[in-house]
Amino acid sequence: MSGAPRGSGPTGRQRAVAERTARTILRRRVVNAMMTGVVALAAFATTLPLVFILFHLVRSGASALSLDFFTQMPKPVGEPGAGMANAIVGTLILIATACAIGLPVGIGAGLYLADYGRTRMANVVRFLADVLNGLPSIVLAVFAWQFLVRPLGHFSALAGGVALAAMMIPMVTRTTEEMVRLVPTALRESALALGYSRARTAMSVVLRTAGAGIVTGALVAVARIAGETAPLLFTAFGNHFWSVRLDQPIAALPLQIFYYATSPYDEWHRLAWAASLVLISVVFVISIAARFATRSSAGSGHGD
Amino acid sequence: MAEGGPVAELSVAPDDRLLGERIGGGVLGDRIYVATITVFALCVPLLLALILLEVAVAGWPALREFGVGFVTSSEWDPVQEHFGAAPAIFGTIVTSILALVIATPLALGVAVFLSDYAPPWLRQPVAFFVDLLAAIPSVVYGLWGIFVLIPILRQHVIPFIRDTLHLGSLPLFSGTSYGYSIFAAGLILAIMVLPYISSVSREVLLAVPRSQREAALALGATRWEMIQKAVLPFARSGIIGGVILGLGRALGETMAVTMVIGNRHDISASLFAPGYTMASLIANEFTEASGEMHLSALMAVGFVLLVLTLLVNGIARWLVWRVARYAEGHRA
Amino acid sequence: METERRAPERGRKRLRTDALTACFGSTIAVKDASLDFRDREVTAIIGPSGCGKSTFLRCLNRLHETIPLTRVDGHVLLDGRDIYARGVNPVEVRKHIGMVFQKPTPFPTMSIRENVAAGLKVASVRPNRRATDEIVERALVRSALWDEVKDRLSASAMALSGGQQQRLCIARALATDPEVLLLDEPTASLDPISSQKVEELVYELRKDMTIAIVTHNMQQAARVSDVTAFFLLGELVEVAPTTSLFTTPKDARTEAYITGRFG
Repeated sequence: MSGAPRGSGPTGRQRAVAERTARTILRRRVVNAMMTGVVALAAFATTLPLVFILFHLVRSGASALSLDFFTQMPKPVGEPGAGMANAIVGTLILIATACAIGLPVGIGAGLYLADYGRTRMANVVRFLADVLNGLPSIVLAVFAWQFLVRPLGHFSALAGGVALAAMMIPMVTRTTEEMVRLVPTALRESALALGYSRARTAMSVVLRTAGAGIVTGALVAVARIAGETAPLLFTAFGNHFWSVRLDQPIAALPLQIFYYATSPYDEWHRLAWAASLVLISVVFVISIAARFATRSSAGSGHGD
Repeated sequence: MAEGGPVAELSVAPDDRLLGERIGGGVLGDRIYVATITVFALCVPLLLALILLEVAVAGWPALREFGVGFVTSSEWDPVQEHFGAAPAIFGTIVTSILALVIATPLALGVAVFLSDYAPPWLRQPVAFFVDLLAAIPSVVYGLWGIFVLIPILRQHVIPFIRDTLHLGSLPLFSGTSYGYSIFAAGLILAIMVLPYISSVSREVLLAVPRSQREAALALGATRWEMIQKAVLPFARSGIIGGVILGLGRALGETMAVTMVIGNRHDISASLFAPGYTMASLIANEFTEASGEMHLSALMAVGFVLLVLTLLVNGIARWLVWRVARYAEGHRA
Repeated sequence: METERRAPERGRKRLRTDALTACFGSTIAVKDASLDFRDREVTAIIGPSGCGKSTFLRCLNRLHETIPLTRVDGHVLLDGRDIYARGVNPVEVRKHIGMVFQKPTPFPTMSIRENVAAGLKVASVRPNRRATDEIVERALVRSALWDEVKDRLSASAMALSGGQQQRLCIARALATDPEVLLLDEPTASLDPISSQKVEELVYELRKDMTIAIVTHNMQQAARVSDVTAFFLLGELVEVAPTTSLFTTPKDARTEAYITGRFG
């Protein structure tokens, strides 16, 4: 205790203050340690569900996976060698349809937003894209049903593709805008200074430079819609038979998982697990690849 | 340098290279390009308007027929053609709130861990793990829910709470249960919205300027005290925004919920009773809908869900935007 | 892609601005600037940050107007023809004026050869493969880069160092055989050795074109240019042959800037 004259010890008052201070400090330290534990526990707890789910997927799904799964059609319960070939192909067709509609609109809108940045119309479009992004997927199914299924009188792959496209568009718009924004203005101006028109600058320079990022964004959107079930429930509807037509109901992996999981048959349950394993593997691979791609190419373009 | 002769240097051979329009290379090409991207950009508001329109039109007959009673009545009778969506609305709100109650502390805990506790090498993997939860399709969550979660609830958790903890007499935990319940739905929803809340919170926490943290530490605060007093207050509205964003997602989740909630039009005080949410109601009854009014009622439910989601998301975005502006203005 | 031109003549006014005024929204960046750029001469434009010199330069090839909400008034005459006249296509204008920017901007997804040849794609007469290769080589020779890259023309342009990338950008601008070359602080982001190489290059290039260079560095202006123009707060304060501007400036503001009293 500074100020105490040498030779004399601390007074009773000083001792009391010192003890109180020591107790407070101790309490604060204990609280700190406790909270560190709590936080670490929370962090640990949140990694558990993923591990849990993956574990079950692999355990229950791997055993039902076989070549038949990928090549055979669904069969009545009891018959061996059933597969989900039609669902796999159906998912691919639905994705292709969604991309055909969603990618041009999404990339075009993204280019527009990147070009017109802060103007009023661009801000409105950007805001509405975010709103679209947050819509429940079941609502999109209702929309597609009212818009395409009802007037035409039957379920169709096209309706399913449209519902999925409605999901894709805001996602692709946002990622495209971000990627195009990353292209430095000086690069754009260099092209203009060479006598490139705006159109050519956009196509030959901006899109090429941002291309990898845009493709990654599109892939992430694809991974997302590949697993969606709700938009397909009463649009594509599912199909027991082989169909690749856009104007007929079509099978899809997520739909199949849903129908099989909610059925009473064990065999179908196992197939549902297998299909989930396949679906998750694809979705994860794309998501992980996309993460790495955007992380390593921070800045303009690739190539070195 | 001398000025040089006046007129001679200015006369030039007629040079029309500076003029002219060329398709593709010139003004016309640019016009086409601008028109194209503008049209595509306009598709966005158009799509949204179309969605709103179609859903509203489809649900109008039921809304007109039942009026406000549609959201207050619990009677859902396809035979008598009387429809009240109150149980579904109730279920939606309860499961979502339950999900938030469970998920928020965990998500916040992870976010704080990642922003202020974790060593740098641990950050990426853990963040990655948590974010990966968002990539799992809803139907896979549902599958896992049916075959793993529900049995655990039915065989272990519910008996534990009822018998071992002797809480079975509370209305909250009463009634027979096969596991398919509001509680199961809330639990799965919690796992599903956790990555969203965590991700937004993490961003907001990381955006708090270093100077704030350093100032607290310099005054002798422990790490927890620094977080509590110097970091969290700044991040508060952003975190709330993240939570509301998670709420928005929880409101609209369909597949996982419909697979574990029991699908029963019921308002019950018990967490372990089956129930319905708006999304799972539509998913469950659509293909079996009997009659025009039934269909319209389902669409009307969709419309109510749509409006609710728009409201909630709007608030969330506004909050997150507000915090972004604040952080920007106060960057050290 | 040979343009029909008279041989460059020392002293001939190639590019002239007449009461050029440029704005960003409601802020005036350049006020009433009238300046001549002569053939076979390097004109340096100096001044403190924010004085409008870059904006002025970007008006010369109609690049300023590509930013939204900007405005340009006055005239810029290239060989006597006003490039801001009605009906003039700015895209065509820019094919006759080359520009090099502060930071090297090679197109990242293209090889060295493709970069240099980039401007040829929009030429009125597109050269065939062999002619393109010759033009590429000539441009790289003129920008003192040929020896360093001649064995790896197909390599990505991003593999080059900063100084090399900037010379690549110069080659790219030269490949289209522009009448005027604009350089906006070309050595600002380069190390001293690369800067020196670029300066030597500029000094060589003036033998057959009109060059305007904006620079923050007075010593560079003194080393490289024949005529220097001093801008302050958007106004062209003084223009004179370089040696006389730096030794006997006529305007008090010029003298203050040159002697380092502000800047």
